[in-house]
Amino acid sequence: MPLVTTTSPTESPGTPGTPGPPSDGTAPTGAVVLRARGLTKGFAGHTVLEDVDLELHAGQVLGLVGENGAGKSTLMKILAGVHSPDAGTVEVAGDPVSFTHPVQAQQAGLSTVFQEFNLLPERSVAENVYLGREPRRRGLVDVERMHRDTEELLEGLGVTGLRAGQRVRTLSVAEQQLVEIAKAVSYDARVIQMDEPTAALAEHEVELLYAVIARLTARGVAIVYVSHRLKEIFDLCDTITVLKDGRQVTTRPAGDLDDAELVRLMVGRSISSFFPDPLPGTEVGEPLLELRGAGNGYVDGVDLTLRAGEVVGIAGLQGSGRTELLEAVFGVRPLTRGTMRVGGRDVRPGSPRAAIRAGLAMVTEDRKATGLALNQTILDNALGVVRAVFPRRTGAARRDLPGLLSSLEVSARATDQEVQFLSGGNQQKVVLARWLATDPRVVLMDEPTRGIDVGAKHSIYELMRALAARGVAVLMVSSELPEVIGMSDRIVVMRDGRVAGELPAGATEEQVLQVATGVDA
Amino acid sequence: MSALTRRTTPLTSTGIVLVLLAVSLVAGFVLTAVEGRNFLSSGNISALLTGISILGFIAIGQTLVILVGSLDLSVPYVVSLVSVLAAGTMAGQDGNVLPAVALALLVAAAVGLVNGAIVAYLGVHGFIATLGTGLVISGYLATNYQGSHGSAPRSFRLVGATQVGPVPLSTLILLGCAVLVVLMLRRTRVGHHLYAVGGNREVARLSGIRTSVPVLVAHTLSSVLAALAGLLLVARLSVGSPTIGSQGDYDLMSIAAVVLGGTLLAGGKGNVVGTLAGVAIFSVLDNVMGVMGVSAFLQDVVRGLVIVVAVAVYARREIDRRPARFERPTGLDAALQEAK
Repeated sequence: MPLVTTTSPTESPGTPGTPGPPSDGTAPTGAVVLRARGLTKGFAGHTVLEDVDLELHAGQVLGLVGENGAGKSTLMKILAGVHSPDAGTVEVAGDPVSFTHPVQAQQAGLSTVFQEFNLLPERSVAENVYLGREPRRRGLVDVERMHRDTEELLEGLGVTGLRAGQRVRTLSVAEQQLVEIAKAVSYDARVIQMDEPTAALAEHEVELLYAVIARLTARGVAIVYVSHRLKEIFDLCDTITVLKDGRQVTTRPAGDLDDAELVRLMVGRSISSFFPDPLPGTEVGEPLLELRGAGNGYVDGVDLTLRAGEVVGIAGLQGSGRTELLEAVFGVRPLTRGTMRVGGRDVRPGSPRAAIRAGLAMVTEDRKATGLALNQTILDNALGVVRAVFPRRTGAARRDLPGLLSSLEVSARATDQEVQFLSGGNQQKVVLARWLATDPRVVLMDEPTRGIDVGAKHSIYELMRALAARGVAVLMVSSELPEVIGMSDRIVVMRDGRVAGELPAGATEEQVLQVATGVDA
Repeated sequence: MSALTRRTTPLTSTGIVLVLLAVSLVAGFVLTAVEGRNFLSSGNISALLTGISILGFIAIGQTLVILVGSLDLSVPYVVSLVSVLAAGTMAGQDGNVLPAVALALLVAAAVGLVNGAIVAYLGVHGFIATLGTGLVISGYLATNYQGSHGSAPRSFRLVGATQVGPVPLSTLILLGCAVLVVLMLRRTRVGHHLYAVGGNREVARLSGIRTSVPVLVAHTLSSVLAALAGLLLVARLSVGSPTIGSQGDYDLMSIAAVVLGGTLLAGGKGNVVGTLAGVAIFSVLDNVMGVMGVSAFLQDVVRGLVIVVAVAVYARREIDRRPARFERPTGLDAALQEAK
């Protein structure tokens, strides 16, 4: 397996914590900088993290892996001071700490680079790095010193070509991430947590990040590295902690693990019974959605055929272009290249309205932001799309609505209830009703079961099967591999904005991950 | 690393508004010359600058409030309130000038503090909060004052009449205030935090900033600057008037000047220099159209068009997009990039 090592020009690897698997598999020898014991956290009576221990040594890179919902982000947020644990202790360099505000965690030397950057786009690099702690001289902000210090920080990270006075909005995602890292370092961080730091980076930018991490560890900073990309975990980490369903499965030196072993530890469960099989009588028929060489700024060269009666899953890492593909098909970010056919007719929707007219529907990823008008009623939400796009069908849709809602098993007092008072699962069913009321031929679903309980998930799976049996084509994006595997008749795997491969039903999680990460195990 | 370095730097919004100001000055010069008058005569320059100062004070304050993510609709009523209070207290006596000015500034600061507190602690948007306080003040004025009130002594009227060459004293005071506010925005923590809170309140909070402070400061300064405008009006007109502020449409005109100056209505981005340029553009437009005898209706049409077109240009540039992976942005954005 070809490993990318640091490409830092001024520094050769050889210090503790240098990227690359430690050959002997022994633990690093730096002093303990972070020790967590028995961390436990629950939300609304549901335990999401249970009795997790962590120990980090200076200069060490700890990989934190696990499936979605395994508790990684909860653990990170506890260490970042966003959540307080229900039980357990945290020590930084031997001193017990507890945080009620994220700034306290940073002051204690525990910084976190979240996936959603905490930056002000209209302010300069220096102003962002020193936000809330602007250096002063004689009562006034010492801008020169702020710029000087920022440039020193960036230089210390081996970053050139970024100026302290540049506006953050003009920076690429990779550069913004460097600003976040510089901010973390400016707090004299002993530990920096990085949440999926490469999710939005291009390949050459990933190497830049590796070089920055190498410099940090050489200075004795410990890194908690959260990623789905196993290749990076093995490239960078000395120790790997696997979480599953909120519990710590194992913590081992990276040298004692390999890809296959790690994936087995992450997955390790049976998924067969939970997902309903295709209904009897479901027939795979005509192609309803065909893409040939389709692309725009976000996806490229996509060939895809979706037939009536099929449920096709799109898998891929975060940032691989899954959502962007659905958005391209649905006219949110219209295709600029290639051809697209819906039901045999050439269409290339330039707007969601055009896509809806062509018979498409799209259940978006974030139902609260883009799926529903939360302060409007079930009735208005469910009829929203029909009213806007097919006004003449509104009357019929309104008559059919009670039947549709009860077939979706929406539990609500009445259709004039505001959707904000419904549970996540019921809200999602209203989203589905909203789209099914348009009688679509192709339904695009982005994370259709995110954040809803098991029962609601199951009924959404059954609905997908029922749609397929009626001759509708379903294209589903999901980050949850068991869901993709359990529901899909075929699995399309994306990587870096392109279709990396297609797998038949019954593929294993290992196979999907291999295609998604581009690692051969 | 080379990918990090090359990058075009398009003209900033402030750059655009300064160019627009220069264009309007040249156009003003030419059009005035066509009418057989001299745009740069000292009389006309002083008329231009006089036209700037009242709205200038108010617009500087409005800039602060908009930067922090709020709005101030109470300014015209503060102007009126200050004018009757100050003129009434002065009552034509030289010895009363200082107490009158002090009273005016204190009352205005109190109004601003209340505005800021409603926004910061009650979570009411500035639009509503200041609409409310503005109505309260206007109700007080309507029931307690009819017609002009009080009078300014000669010593105070001099503030409005003195000139240094063609430059009115009021313009110098305005510039002094502008310099102080620029210094505050660039060189004090509260100035930096004002941008931070207006840009993203949550990011500011997570960075350990007390988000109420910049809001209180911006609203207080806005009212105090409106009070300066009110005092200047008393000096010019020598009496106070309970309707002088609302006659000037200072609320909407100041917001228009701020936005024309390139400040984002949503907050977090902008500066005072742009605002002053915005005010100056309005002053030049009024001056030139006055010389040319353009009808009042057409004057409003031109002002309206200038605001809408300028903001439409900025809006094209503000669109935040995820960086494209496979192609450069197309269409108008590319054209705008090329044009620069």
